[in-house]
Amino acid sequence: MTTATTDSKDGSTTLHEEVRTTTCYMCACRCGIKVHLKNGEVRFIEGNADHPLNQGVLCAKGSSGIMKQYSPARLTRPLRRKAGADRGAGEFEAISWEEAFSILEERLGNIRATDPKKFALFTGRDQMQALTGLFARQFGTPNYAAHGGFCSVNMAAGLIYTIGGSFWEFGGPDLDRAKLFVMLGTAEDHHSNPMKMALSKFKRDGGRFISINPVRTGYSSIADEWVPIRPGTDGALLLALINEIIKQGLYDREFLVNYSNSAELVNQNPDSPEYGMFVRFEVPPEEGCFDPQNKLWWDRELNRPVSTQTPGVEPRLLGEFTLPDGTPVKPAFQLLSERVEHYTPDWAAGITGIPAATIKRLAHEMGVTARDQKIELPIAWTDVWDNEHDTVTGNPVAFHAMRGLAAHSNGFHSIRALGILMSLLGTIDRPGGFRHKAPFPRPIPPCAKTAKGPEDVQPNTPLNGMPLGWPADPDDLFVDDQGQPVRIDKAFSWEFPLSVHGLMHNVITNAWRGDPYKIDTLLIFMANMAWNSTMNTVEVRKMLNDKEEDGEYKIPFIVVADAFQSEMTAFADLILPDTTYLERHDAMSMLDRPISEFDGPVDSVRIPVLPPTGECKPFQEVLIELGTRLKLPAFTTAEGKRKYRDYPDFIINFETAPGSGIGFLAGWRGKGGEKSMKGAPNSNQWQMYEKNNCVFQYHLPKSYQYMRNWNQGYLQWAQAHGMTRHAEPINIHIYSEVLQKFRLAAQGKTDGRQPPEHLKKRVETYFDPLPFYYEPLEATLTDKHKYPLSAITQRPMAMYHSWDSQNAWLRQIHAYNYLHMNPLAARAQGIGDGDWIWVESQWGKVRCLARYSEAVEPGTVWTWNAIGKAAGAWNLSPEANEATQGFLLNHLISEELPPNEDGEHISNSDPVTGQAAWYDVRVRIYKAKEGAHDTWPQFKAVPPAPGTPPRRPWQNYFAGVFRKGEGK
Amino acid sequence: MTQLALVIDLNVCVGCHACVTSCKQWNTSGEAGPLFDDNPYGRDPTGTFFNRVQTYEVGEYPCTETLHFPKSCLHCEDPPCVPVCPTGASYKRKEDGIVLVDYDKCIGCKYCSWACPYGARELDEKQQVMKKCTLCVDRIYDTRIPEDRRKPACVISCPTSARLFGDVHDPESDVSIAIRESGGYPLMPEWGTKPSNHYLPRRKTKMRIHEDELVRADNPLRKEDIRHEVSKDATLDDWLM
Repeated sequence: MTTATTDSKDGSTTLHEEVRTTTCYMCACRCGIKVHLKNGEVRFIEGNADHPLNQGVLCAKGSSGIMKQYSPARLTRPLRRKAGADRGAGEFEAISWEEAFSILEERLGNIRATDPKKFALFTGRDQMQALTGLFARQFGTPNYAAHGGFCSVNMAAGLIYTIGGSFWEFGGPDLDRAKLFVMLGTAEDHHSNPMKMALSKFKRDGGRFISINPVRTGYSSIADEWVPIRPGTDGALLLALINEIIKQGLYDREFLVNYSNSAELVNQNPDSPEYGMFVRFEVPPEEGCFDPQNKLWWDRELNRPVSTQTPGVEPRLLGEFTLPDGTPVKPAFQLLSERVEHYTPDWAAGITGIPAATIKRLAHEMGVTARDQKIELPIAWTDVWDNEHDTVTGNPVAFHAMRGLAAHSNGFHSIRALGILMSLLGTIDRPGGFRHKAPFPRPIPPCAKTAKGPEDVQPNTPLNGMPLGWPADPDDLFVDDQGQPVRIDKAFSWEFPLSVHGLMHNVITNAWRGDPYKIDTLLIFMANMAWNSTMNTVEVRKMLNDKEEDGEYKIPFIVVADAFQSEMTAFADLILPDTTYLERHDAMSMLDRPISEFDGPVDSVRIPVLPPTGECKPFQEVLIELGTRLKLPAFTTAEGKRKYRDYPDFIINFETAPGSGIGFLAGWRGKGGEKSMKGAPNSNQWQMYEKNNCVFQYHLPKSYQYMRNWNQGYLQWAQAHGMTRHAEPINIHIYSEVLQKFRLAAQGKTDGRQPPEHLKKRVETYFDPLPFYYEPLEATLTDKHKYPLSAITQRPMAMYHSWDSQNAWLRQIHAYNYLHMNPLAARAQGIGDGDWIWVESQWGKVRCLARYSEAVEPGTVWTWNAIGKAAGAWNLSPEANEATQGFLLNHLISEELPPNEDGEHISNSDPVTGQAAWYDVRVRIYKAKEGAHDTWPQFKAVPPAPGTPPRRPWQNYFAGVFRKGEGK
Repeated sequence: MTQLALVIDLNVCVGCHACVTSCKQWNTSGEAGPLFDDNPYGRDPTGTFFNRVQTYEVGEYPCTETLHFPKSCLHCEDPPCVPVCPTGASYKRKEDGIVLVDYDKCIGCKYCSWACPYGARELDEKQQVMKKCTLCVDRIYDTRIPEDRRKPACVISCPTSARLFGDVHDPESDVSIAIRESGGYPLMPEWGTKPSNHYLPRRKTKMRIHEDELVRADNPLRKEDIRHEVSKDATLDDWLM
């Protein structure tokens, strides 16, 4: 903290000004900030120039933090729904924290002592999962997840199951050295400031930037080339690119041979129980979560099988061979090449709307750039097979992708195809390509496993397994003897076996229906499940308020923790007022999703710069207090007494196991802060973070910064510092044996768990060890003549992440939203620019305003998500534009598919991962009747919750005097 | 003579609005503040912003460009807003060329906003005085601010560093070099206002692939056995004499 005295120019007033350092949380980007305070009010929030993530810059949201802090939507007191008031009506009375804790202690204590799964904790924030997940596990409930399932789990799972890492927090494009950058399905967010910084440097350095997206806004607007694509068809494009790259021989053979399973021989005997599996030359028990080095190559000189990585041997990538025991085999690459044979550019052109010549040219640009513009860095390193390398090689083609690929029911395979394309080009963890961020790369799949069956859920006992994990085979699923789900969201069941982030989007519907069972208490943290974070919003709001015949709510008790009066808080029985990011301690932990850079681990903290408003309490403190009261083992001593004074104390002293030396924060560990990554707890750790810009950065030696899947030095370092269990190579899964194991189970060829009869075909189809293209599931169950258009959403940069839609400055940029459409599509329906229209799906309809746009492909309509608000929510006046002219597309999207052969209530999700298929919906548009003047549906306005600050009719914000009355 | 100005690089501006709100938060509590917000939580919220980003679509699908265009006072060398001001509230500083408004003299007559061809002036509806970009005159000379941060708020916040700040009269300044080398241009020069702020245009990087680059001696397909099946049938060898 520094203190300075600021005089105004004429020296007439002297106001006390302080500058404090913390970490932004206006979105999940987590930039370093310096907060200037004047008389205890925020004067200026600037990017911290000494912070590695944002290096001094700050976005529109970060610069509007003041309006978050003083928002009239701030919840400031614990609230209880008034007796007799309906959920959703927003009628509350203030209670004390002691009352709130007593209610929770009694209710949750009873649940834990009887049937812990009747408590469900779901959070919209997945950057404090290390704590929320720990709480859920200690409680003993299987019903926990963060928002990844409805956000971008396909991106995480699709790439992690292929290359051992993924985008954003896990890794990203190395635009410092790339020459060609291809961005798919990314709008204006994920990643925020670091992406903007990197893009501008990249362009100024003369790099070529291609954006593939149905819509040209945001990042795409500065692309050198925009390639419009029909939503949900990226997989077809990627497979056609792979086809062309293989056909032209534009792949990096050496990379594929040495660092992927491309040359490994796959059993092709359909009668063998090992069909489709790699042939093992020895079969020791395969324990540990790594790929044992016991596979075969086909030696091209001697024309016979040899063990992989035999020095001096060059294997075949193509061909079919017979092993001495008569087993027919093919290299995985041969199978890939057969797979893509029919995925020609001409075929893809018909699906994607991209001309075949363009697809070929894109493939050639990628392949030729990767091959002919190689980077050789003079960095010596040693691989896991003890080969010494004098240099690090890079093929400078980088990719980035996000929800445009992920939020489709075919997203997992599209993203597998992307991972394979990136690998064919030889770009994984190499300069100018994709680079990992610690703790990635991790084994494929990572080691963490969930509980496996109902017996793992016991009263008064922590869950026997992680709440979320990475299944490696069917035995890692979380199902009962009949193969039925144990979790309320059906994650890790046969319906969505690799749902590694859970399925938050189905929790309310499932709990309401009692499928697979009823729950008692639903605790939602910072997720707007009654509005923009739910599908089928109108019906879900009814479910939240629906009662049994005996008058009891179908979901008996709903607790919402949030800093703001959202649409969701209106449905709570109990509201716990959270603090803002400026009012709390927080840890962006290596146990969770830290802010690591390419060159090494980075974690960071928040330190309060302001006292809590009213009676607000950080949710972290609530969990520590509840954990203590409920006597959860991690939060209490052996005698059942309080173990941690508060959250800061917990962060310092918690270790993953007694004496492990691994805790939430990696910096300044050891008694005196002399250690990093691993070391004894340090009582001054917070102060050391505070002195160091609230961030800890570890720079790996140069020789550990690349090729980390196979870098001996790095892997041993990571192992020694507790970041990974094994220092074994993480070979790229061009061919996924993990998927094949599920397929074999579905085919009845394995001894272990098998899917229930009605899901066998589904699992067999979608657990294909090689990526394939299929039409998004909802589209196959929709009359596409009636609903010819795809409808998608994106978030504007100024409101990326929806937590600030009530922000007085940001809402002057986006106060309401239009449905953007190509004039060709609009005129076909007689729709004029600015007309009121209906947009309708098979699930419902919405009235909204039309806006012509030449920057959208004609088969797509789109809008900004979460600009529309329910009347009165966020303490906006009921006639605010958000409620009267703004709208949600969510009303048109179902959380479940129409009944089909897989079942009656199958989630509208990717059948592999459970990723919410937001962008699969098909719609039609037509003019609304003359005289329409507002959006539809409308909802009864909720009153301001007790304790929220007054809504100012005007304001003159001036730090230091604002709350004294100016502008009220 | 110094002429401070902004040079805005449209080639990298992604339209994120960081410049818009960082300007607002710096200036509302600064010498130019407060900056009024009307109906901040009601219908049709409006407020005083010194800097706004407009977005345009150029061209027809699929040859569409989406252009983000940040705009604030251009600090003209010959500012039409100054001579029309009846009270002398609008003035151009000799020492650095910044165009400012003295609120104490301003009577809110709006002549200046009519004279400005760029629409860069904003009337504060509460105070009824004309406000506009000051190039953060209360930041850029404040020696208590670290030197590298002594720039307008919009410049230090811009995530794509699309905003350059400096003396356009100094031929060796970063801004002059950018204007000279990257095709910087002023807005509507035909008005003769000589705007000091300049814009840098979009630039495209293209790639040309020669056909023979697809055919290479080291094509990895050559390492595979691509022989076709051997035929036992008669060949031309059996026939040709």
